[in-house]
Amino acid sequence: MTARNSIRFLRRGEVVELTAVAPIRTVLDYLRLEEGARGTKEGCCEGDCGACTVALGSLKDGRLVYEPVNACILLLGQIDGKELVTVDDLSVSGKLHPIQQALVDHHGSQCGFCTPGFVMSLFPLYQSGAVANRKMVVDQLAGNLCRCTGYRPIVEAALAACTGKPDDAWSEARLEIAQTLAGFDDGTDLFIGDDEEFFAAPAFDEALARLTEKHPDAVILSGATDVGLWITKQLRPIRKIIFLGRMRSLREIVETIDSVRIGAAVTYAEAEPSFAAIDPDLAELLRRIGSKQVRATGTVGGNIANGSPIGDTPPALIALGAGLELRKGRQTRALPIEDFFIAYGKQDRSPGEVVAGVSIPMLKRGEAFRCYKITKRFDQDISSVLGAFKFGIAQGRITEARIAYGGMAATPKRALKTETAVKSLSLDDPAGWAAAADRLAEDFQPIDDHRASAAYRSETARNLLIKALTEMAGEATRNTRITGMREFAHAG
Amino acid sequence: MPAKVKRIATDTVGLALAHDSAELHVQGKAVYIDDMREPEGTLHVAPGYAALGAKGRITVCDLSAVRAFPGVVAVLTAGDIPGINDCSPAMGDDPILADGEILFHGQVVFAVIAETRDAARRAARLAKIEIAGELAAITVEDALEQGTEDVLPPYEFRRGDPGKLIAASKSTISDSFHVGGQEHFYLEGQVALAVPEEAGGMLVYSSTQHPTEMQHCVAKMLKVADAFVTCECRRMGGGFGGKESQAAQWAALAALGARITGRPVKCRLDRDDDMIMTGKRHDLRIDYRAAHDRTGRLTAVDAALLARCGYSADLSLGVNDRAMFHADNAYYYPAVRIKSRRLRTNTVSNTAFRGFGGPQGMMLAERMMDQIAHRLELDPLDVRKRNFYAPGRDRTPYGMKVVDNIIHDVVAELEKTSDYRARREAVRAFNAKNQVLKKGLALTPVKFGISFTLIHLNQAGALVHLYTDGSVHLNHGGTEMGQGLYIKVAQVVAEEFGIDPERVKITATTTGKVPNTSPTAASSGSDLNGMAAQEAAARIKARLVDFAAREWKVKPAQIRFAKGRVIIGNQSVTLAELARRAHQARIQLSSTGFYATPGITWDRDKVKGKPFFYFAYGASCSEVTIDTLTGEMRVDRVDILHDVGRSLNPAIDLGQIEGGFVQGMGWLTTEELVFDTQGRLSTHAPSTYKIPCASDVPEDFRVKLFASAGNPASTIYRSKAVGEPPLMLALSVFSAITDAIASLKPGCMPPLEAPATPEAIMKAVKAMSP
Repeated sequence: MTARNSIRFLRRGEVVELTAVAPIRTVLDYLRLEEGARGTKEGCCEGDCGACTVALGSLKDGRLVYEPVNACILLLGQIDGKELVTVDDLSVSGKLHPIQQALVDHHGSQCGFCTPGFVMSLFPLYQSGAVANRKMVVDQLAGNLCRCTGYRPIVEAALAACTGKPDDAWSEARLEIAQTLAGFDDGTDLFIGDDEEFFAAPAFDEALARLTEKHPDAVILSGATDVGLWITKQLRPIRKIIFLGRMRSLREIVETIDSVRIGAAVTYAEAEPSFAAIDPDLAELLRRIGSKQVRATGTVGGNIANGSPIGDTPPALIALGAGLELRKGRQTRALPIEDFFIAYGKQDRSPGEVVAGVSIPMLKRGEAFRCYKITKRFDQDISSVLGAFKFGIAQGRITEARIAYGGMAATPKRALKTETAVKSLSLDDPAGWAAAADRLAEDFQPIDDHRASAAYRSETARNLLIKALTEMAGEATRNTRITGMREFAHAG
Repeated sequence: MPAKVKRIATDTVGLALAHDSAELHVQGKAVYIDDMREPEGTLHVAPGYAALGAKGRITVCDLSAVRAFPGVVAVLTAGDIPGINDCSPAMGDDPILADGEILFHGQVVFAVIAETRDAARRAARLAKIEIAGELAAITVEDALEQGTEDVLPPYEFRRGDPGKLIAASKSTISDSFHVGGQEHFYLEGQVALAVPEEAGGMLVYSSTQHPTEMQHCVAKMLKVADAFVTCECRRMGGGFGGKESQAAQWAALAALGARITGRPVKCRLDRDDDMIMTGKRHDLRIDYRAAHDRTGRLTAVDAALLARCGYSADLSLGVNDRAMFHADNAYYYPAVRIKSRRLRTNTVSNTAFRGFGGPQGMMLAERMMDQIAHRLELDPLDVRKRNFYAPGRDRTPYGMKVVDNIIHDVVAELEKTSDYRARREAVRAFNAKNQVLKKGLALTPVKFGISFTLIHLNQAGALVHLYTDGSVHLNHGGTEMGQGLYIKVAQVVAEEFGIDPERVKITATTTGKVPNTSPTAASSGSDLNGMAAQEAAARIKARLVDFAAREWKVKPAQIRFAKGRVIIGNQSVTLAELARRAHQARIQLSSTGFYATPGITWDRDKVKGKPFFYFAYGASCSEVTIDTLTGEMRVDRVDILHDVGRSLNPAIDLGQIEGGFVQGMGWLTTEELVFDTQGRLSTHAPSTYKIPCASDVPEDFRVKLFASAGNPASTIYRSKAVGEPPLMLALSVFSAITDAIASLKPGCMPPLEAPATPEAIMKAVKAMSP
């Protein structure tokens, strides 16, 4: 079967087909420099300010879903098969879209530079038909920075506009849009370019195997929330990209009674319900990874493969005892996830090998999980310390412990000595907890950086274990936390 | 209480109109400089700097690979500048391109001009620059230890002999603490587009709060007369002080590139470059000693404000003076010495930032209040109230008498509406019950002086045209950075002509229409430009009245302008009709207007006079919860009462108050600038530098305008400036965090430093453990 050599997407009701797509062309540059559509702004060019937010429409289980994405670090090839909606499109013959009108009515813009991004982050919320509440809105807007307004009028505009059933040009054309997108889904492999420079988006295992074998030097791309910065900030001369986002086999979530397997190309947003099913703390952790924009494209697999010492899912997955599946060509192998992280910047992955998925065991009876992400800012911030704990508990005692931290070493790492000390602790022995927590000093020697000092990291890591044990002993989390209270986990 | 002010009835002034560009903003149709269609052949600039080194002679500068990169048209260094290599606001110490040495990491050494921005950026990375590194001073402590020469001489306010009083007193406090700097993080980064014109002229579009300074900088750099350079700015995507002096370097590089290539050249900084290369809010170490009586009332204050100014003077004189002017906030210091050092460090030159030193100065005042209260176990609000300026206790440390003091009323009202006393009890009960989480509460005042302390800047010009169809073209020297200046001034002009504000066409600020302008800064935009535009409109109106009185044979007093019509005796015509007839009669329908703030007399050398036309007042009450195991903090509720005199536009003013508060809250909590030991800024992107986001703003956020009879000073419609003062309302958040930590050990002052990051809070928590 021959691969398709163009990308196709829906834009303003028309199908756009592009054959000349440079592998590292971003959606933002395409819009501003090629289309000349300059409503979408560049604020930071690293996916952190949201000024460049655009919405992507796609079919998920047959349903048309809109998601906000950061156009600055999204590669043009990634929007194949989707609908691209930008701020320039929303008003129809001079009439403002309800979101736009609400922002005007509530004085939601001052300098106006961030405003297009806010409009486009709210557009998917509007389309979802949700009756928005404040919690929903601030979460929707976590990836949009405004330096002028203080957000209150923007949040109120969102609450006023997102009141249920959408009524705009998109809700009217829903069926048509869904049909067009369904028509894009030809299931073929995609390859634009030549052997020296290409953007490839295989759909089938065979094609992926062939490509990785032939081009072990190619960059394996999942959500581009990190690779995007290699392009826009480090200016790396990347010429070959293999995008996993069209790989059916890597986009599956398989839930069984005692585990869930998440394919490497499943986005955070798609994985959220499965994570929530394991434990509310895991859902809260996912909610605090990046922003809606980042979670719409970023993947759990990418978070693992990237190997960062401050990646947020690895410590939690280590504590949960997850298993990793890697694939090279036709060969697959499995390993406990903690063994994947060898040293700083070094993972147990050979050239051409891809992370295929991660299997997470569900919590059993008598097991409890806790996880805390510590940051300077609650939303959309990278952890200084992340502590994840899985305890087995019987008769008021800890019987099993798996403890892992991020931000404490060159890799996400288990606290093996501390685990030993924690096992057999009584839940009403705070002095014993303190002694066990002291063992963390043997497990970790963290470093100073701009996120936190080594001293703060060590102390906080220790305190997080105390906090987890305090909660195990029965203290309600509304008394132990100021964010992510488990009592309110299902209130939102 | 100030005297009652006569209320003037208005049609348009005082309406909560939307920002004039609101509909364009939400559609992405508001044009920022990078959105303009580039003129044919536009080239792009990227600045280049040395990867390593904060101070030293440039020993190697090999740009051959830069020049050879495909698409590169020119590579510029200091030697290419035809005129003066300087983009400083006054002192001549900010090279546009480094000349032989670098004085901070990130200093621009060369500029690449290329066919695309991408090519320019890629080429800029290929330079080989080596520095003969010398010992660099990065922190305030480095500068003090190394004895580097200050960027500017020290300055001092003094009354009485505080040293002697403190030495003799039984109740004294003292401390030394750090207040962090702040990155502006305007969403639109620095940008300029220079278009060469015939005969050596240059048109520069710059995202700047100070078009006149850009014009001057470009003219002296190109060695042409000021008249050959025009600078224009329709709007900025945020400024906050960061596009006052700091916009000049990029305007200059674009203009230099345009001169050398003969083509239009655009310079738009990448965000990381922007954060590394442009100045920030000054961070300070504040040392103080003070004495107080048993009730907590101060008797003497002796303080030193030690500011990290960076490698050059920039606006450090005014910023640090303003820090001194606000070291009292709303409190009377009977005997006082405020010393200020302007320390030179090998870091980017610090600059204007909303509040202009005022916020840092006020941190001293509020720190002392908290320290006295926590030491004496008094309610901090009671200590604050006891120290307020009051009759007989009304001389500031710089000798100005406070005559418009309303802080007692503002605070009394907020104390009531915020339910302060009951919540104080609730906080106490919560803290008694909870081990891990602790709450804190604080109510703090703001008194902020309005006027540029550099007296000659307190002037403004405007240009108004009335066309024969009755529409109006408005131009003035103030710039629009989102603060709503343009709509406020348009409301003033619409009011004058009695027309709908939509009939007033707002136009881009340009040095070609209104010359010799002051920066849009010091919160003065609407005070100054509103008055100037009103005068321009009033002049045209006077000519029309004079004409109509003659034509219709009525007395001038019988002529009124209202609702788009001109009422002349018992007849009325449209404004358009009158304008047409006046034009037929050869009456000039265009006028300039000018305003200079009256009654300000500050003499800096003699430390004497009245620097401020009036004060703006406000107060805020914040409640926070901290986690004593992690240092995490959440703001639970904020109540604000702020005085804007008689508001020109309450919606715009509310936006300034809320936005200013949140920006101040960021400065004191999550926003942390970290320089590594080599002087490199580690937090140079929003991934590492965290400004507040939507969820950081408390759900319970109650903001009200103080019911003012009007500004006792004769400002435009008796309004008050609102740009900067609200930022300092956020000091209540910092004091509330201090209060929460203080609950751990009654009788002690937590050694909390700003910003109160989780780590800073943990450090203070640890210091308070029994």
